[in-house]
Amino acid sequence: MAEHGIAQESVRDRAPAEERGGREGLTRYVTGLGFAIVLTLASFWAAQTQEVWHPGIPILLGVLAIGQMGVHLVFFLHISTAPDQTNNFLALAFGCFVVGLVVFGSMIIMANLSANMIPMDKLIQMQR
Amino acid sequence: MSAVADAALAEEATTGDVVIPISLRGPAATDVVVGYGFWLFILSDIIVFSALFAAYAVLSGQTAGGPSGVELFDRRYVFIETACLLASSFTCGLFSIAIERRSGVGAFVGAVVTFLLGAAFIGLEVSEFTRMVDIGAGPSRSAFLSAFFALVGTHGLHVTLGLLWLLTMMAQIATLGFRPMVVRRLFCFALFWHALDIVWIGVFTIVYLGAH
Repeated sequence: MAEHGIAQESVRDRAPAEERGGREGLTRYVTGLGFAIVLTLASFWAAQTQEVWHPGIPILLGVLAIGQMGVHLVFFLHISTAPDQTNNFLALAFGCFVVGLVVFGSMIIMANLSANMIPMDKLIQMQR
Repeated sequence: MSAVADAALAEEATTGDVVIPISLRGPAATDVVVGYGFWLFILSDIIVFSALFAAYAVLSGQTAGGPSGVELFDRRYVFIETACLLASSFTCGLFSIAIERRSGVGAFVGAVVTFLLGAAFIGLEVSEFTRMVDIGAGPSRSAFLSAFFALVGTHGLHVTLGLLWLLTMMAQIATLGFRPMVVRRLFCFALFWHALDIVWIGVFTIVYLGAH
């Protein structure tokens, strides 16, 4: 069993947010914090600036938010596509897929229903 | 196919090669099973939030003649809340490092700072909610406000439960020490806390900065 120990350690899965220990861990959190602060400040700046074309601001905010979520996943939750993280990453990908379905599916369906609804004044007229 | 696999297996068995087929490796270590299971729970929790986000996105314009987001939200306030939660996520990382090093003092300091920053966030949110209810902008005022209180309130409830969990974990470190069981729970807590900060990125971007 002893000679199998090394191989098993190298193929062992890694849990999310698991610590690697040592100085590397601290550097990672500090880097992540730096990126997160820059992206947060950029978001708050973008929301009230006059220097960006106005209709583009929601897209800019979305990009900054997704970027910051990525920073948190990589630097705080230590998610990566490494072989020992395949399960974690696949679960995350499936989670993102379901979130996208729920959010955009609901928005499309509700916008469609709203567009096809009879206006309220006409509905009242019809009921008379 | 199976003959090839059997041959490979027989060869491994005879030569003592260290590569073991995945089906024969037995159950994964408890740390990995617990971490992965909790990761799946967090993803399902994020899906719950996504339903609330979808409701908010659909209802955000339905103010029923009541106050809109732009009139209600104070961005400086939200900025301080965001800073508190981001800083607490960072100190939670330092807390995890201290646990990995089995440093009792480091873990205690990390936990206290994380708790105080989280409590400051909740305090700010509660004062914001009470101010809104006082000026007649409670959850029953309009569909927009119902969706707002459901989404932001659920996030706040998660943070509150996280704070209670953190207190429990501090008590467990103090009484049980760094047992494997306690360390596993601590990593689950760290996972939960970082995930709540990720949800908050969506909240402050969509609800507060995207207010129209």
